[in-house]
Amino acid sequence: MESELGLIEQSFNSRYSLWVQEALSELPDSFTITDPCLSGHPIVFASKGFLKMLGYSKSEVIGRNGRVFQGPGTCRRSVMEIREAIREERAIQINLLNYRKDGTPFWMLFHMCPVFNKEDGRVTHFVGVQVPISRKPRRSGRNGVNLCEEGSRMNDIFYGSCRKEVCSDSLVELGRVQSLESALDDADDRGLEVEESCEASDLEKTRAATAINNILSVLTHYSELTGRLVCGKRCSLSGVGLLSSSLNISLGRIKQSFVLTDPHLPDMPIVYASDAFFKLTGYARHEVLGRNCRFLSGVDTDSSMIYRIKESIQNEKACTVRILNYRKDKSSFWNLLHISPVRNASGKIAYFVGVQMEEGCKNQVGHGLSPEMRQRSAVGAVRIAVRSLSMGAGPSKS
Amino acid sequence: MMLRIKRVPTVVSNYQKDEAEEGARRVGGCGRNCLNQCCIPGAKLPLYAFKKLNKIGGGKELLGSEKREPPVDFLDSLLLGEWEDRMQRGLFRYDVTACETKVIPGQFGFIAQLNEGRHLKKRPTEFRVDKVLQPFDGNKFNFTKVGQEEVLFQFEASEDGEVQFIPSAPVEPENSPSVVAINVSPIEYGHVLLIPRILERLPQRIDRESFLLALHMAAEAGNPYFRLGYNSLGAFATINHLHFQAYYLAVTFPIEKAPTKKITVSGAGVKVSELLNYPVRGLVFEGGKTLQDLSNTVSDACICLQENNIPYNVLISDCGKRIFLLPQCYAEKQALGEVRAELLDTQVNPAVWEISGHMVLKRKKDYEEASDENAWKLLAEVSLSEERFQEVNALIFEAIACGDNGNANLLEDLEVEPHSHDEVGTINTSSHAAMVTGTQQCLVLQ
Repeated sequence: MESELGLIEQSFNSRYSLWVQEALSELPDSFTITDPCLSGHPIVFASKGFLKMLGYSKSEVIGRNGRVFQGPGTCRRSVMEIREAIREERAIQINLLNYRKDGTPFWMLFHMCPVFNKEDGRVTHFVGVQVPISRKPRRSGRNGVNLCEEGSRMNDIFYGSCRKEVCSDSLVELGRVQSLESALDDADDRGLEVEESCEASDLEKTRAATAINNILSVLTHYSELTGRLVCGKRCSLSGVGLLSSSLNISLGRIKQSFVLTDPHLPDMPIVYASDAFFKLTGYARHEVLGRNCRFLSGVDTDSSMIYRIKESIQNEKACTVRILNYRKDKSSFWNLLHISPVRNASGKIAYFVGVQMEEGCKNQVGHGLSPEMRQRSAVGAVRIAVRSLSMGAGPSKS
Repeated sequence: MMLRIKRVPTVVSNYQKDEAEEGARRVGGCGRNCLNQCCIPGAKLPLYAFKKLNKIGGGKELLGSEKREPPVDFLDSLLLGEWEDRMQRGLFRYDVTACETKVIPGQFGFIAQLNEGRHLKKRPTEFRVDKVLQPFDGNKFNFTKVGQEEVLFQFEASEDGEVQFIPSAPVEPENSPSVVAINVSPIEYGHVLLIPRILERLPQRIDRESFLLALHMAAEAGNPYFRLGYNSLGAFATINHLHFQAYYLAVTFPIEKAPTKKITVSGAGVKVSELLNYPVRGLVFEGGKTLQDLSNTVSDACICLQENNIPYNVLISDCGKRIFLLPQCYAEKQALGEVRAELLDTQVNPAVWEISGHMVLKRKKDYEEASDENAWKLLAEVSLSEERFQEVNALIFEAIACGDNGNANLLEDLEVEPHSHDEVGTINTSSHAAMVTGTQQCLVLQ
């Protein structure tokens, strides 16, 4: 947990400098910032307004996933819409029923948008603004039409000319969603509070969009201080070899130690390494990404094992070897390494996955699955993530 | 008149291939390590016992449990690990991850897969499609004939209420084990079959207990991209031995994105909605105070359909929180010669996955030409007409209301006018339909 919080601090401060927290604190709005590259897509910043609105303390929220604020009355389809938007790395504005710490539900307008790394076009964070919806009963009729108009107006206010194409689709969709979702009651026994769906007013929509813009300008400004620039729209797609945030999110759920290497890049560098890998080897992310796996070998590593690995990669076959590896601190361990080719949606080999298992390590015995089975399950989870990553028609796919 | 269609049956087990030639010859000490009496004594398989959740994810419970470090997604890991193991052992007929797949550009996001290997090597067989319930026939292929290596684990409710895993547990016929087995012709990674109480040799027919088991599996896997599906006879099930299918695909299905309109909430709190703007008409069930409430409501609806001889498909989505029920009539149309040749030529059998928007195509041409329009055209043929759909709904709602133990809320809330579907704004306008008051004669039956 300690190292996890460390990662979260790092995720934020290293990009925006230490002073960003103070600047964000001055904004009155309720919002959170999440990091899709960290395991579990956790909240890395929560505004005072947000904590006050939900009744949580900061430490109860940082490191958690946003889904903890959902409850039985939360519309499943809206949750799915948000999941899709994250996957496709696009903005979304949607009415959502959330729950405070004391269990009381409330309607809010949730407006989320990605923050891009200016240099490589990769998503570094998501900003989510929550505007409480002042309750008024839903009027019947004309809904769809109203919403569409509001939707396109919102589009003008917030997006200007950029990303309009991407957004217009989602807004048409959104208009439809809202008109229909707002018709849904909630099977909840808490009575009237949840019974009626609420519809955000123009004012609330504008408030959300303005808040997003203010937050983005703070983030942009402070990223200039560190030289690691971010922006509110994707400026570049040069991030070849980098994984999209949606792949990062799915890979982040896999608890075992593993790396993905890209056989199409020179010297087959590591393009992803799991948190458990850093823990096992003692290296940090930036010391690992972009390098070939051979840094794990050392003086006593059996070269015939390295040869076997090379052979299986050449033959595009899976293999399991027992190989002596070295941590950053030079201590050695026996690694039961399983390597397998992983195909993308076209059916072509996109990566090799290497799953490490420290021989005789007690805390891996865990819950009864044999080490081999756990390795295989990590491989399976990686296959599913990689296969579906390249299927999408989302804007992030190159 | 008896309605039949000819189709190539899917080979789900390596022990199914030679069945036509060998018939029922193999009985008794068969030596292939199957799940019949001959091989069961001494057989051992992993056993996963799930904790009976009495709550569908969400609410304060969820908040509380999320406070703790989330437990390892055990069933997910077990299933993936065992499946990958079978892949390494070469038990599948092809590597499904080598099959090209894509999301079709367009409004709906239909998913297409080119799978040229799935239907090779089999001659078309005749299937009777006009009887949703047919008795179990031990002479035909059934899952007790699969090899034990194709079975991944036994799946049951835990007795002490805690999750249990036994890597190697004896298979005890007196306990009526339910098992999860691979489908050797997978349509996506992790494609498995859940076979409730396999040794009881149940025909393909939903009952409350079996459906609850399937729902538990979805909840237990806890992965929104792991969905279960069910095809009734006459709705493209090919094996008359009770089974559900499931696989992983980390993409949202078009049916999951379709807007819905609430029709009613049952006494047990299960919300029933109707799909809108989707080529196949269907119902969506969600909510309920307990998982069992949701399960019972859906099973009662399924039982009603099968007893009325209406073929249907079921999709269990979102970790068991949303269930889609789709009555269909494609096979019937096909048998009557009412399906256009261009659709038949694709040889796409519109079962639960196709209806949900995941199209497995056999010809490269169809894959390359796949479009929203083509997918829509095919699925539109599957759907009941609006008129028929409303009739079927009336049957379903009556069945649910009975299952509800006479809870009046349902009927009070019910709205089954056939022409109310086009105006969203009318839902809450308290135009409660007085036409169904819970008595038989009010229902429009044909």
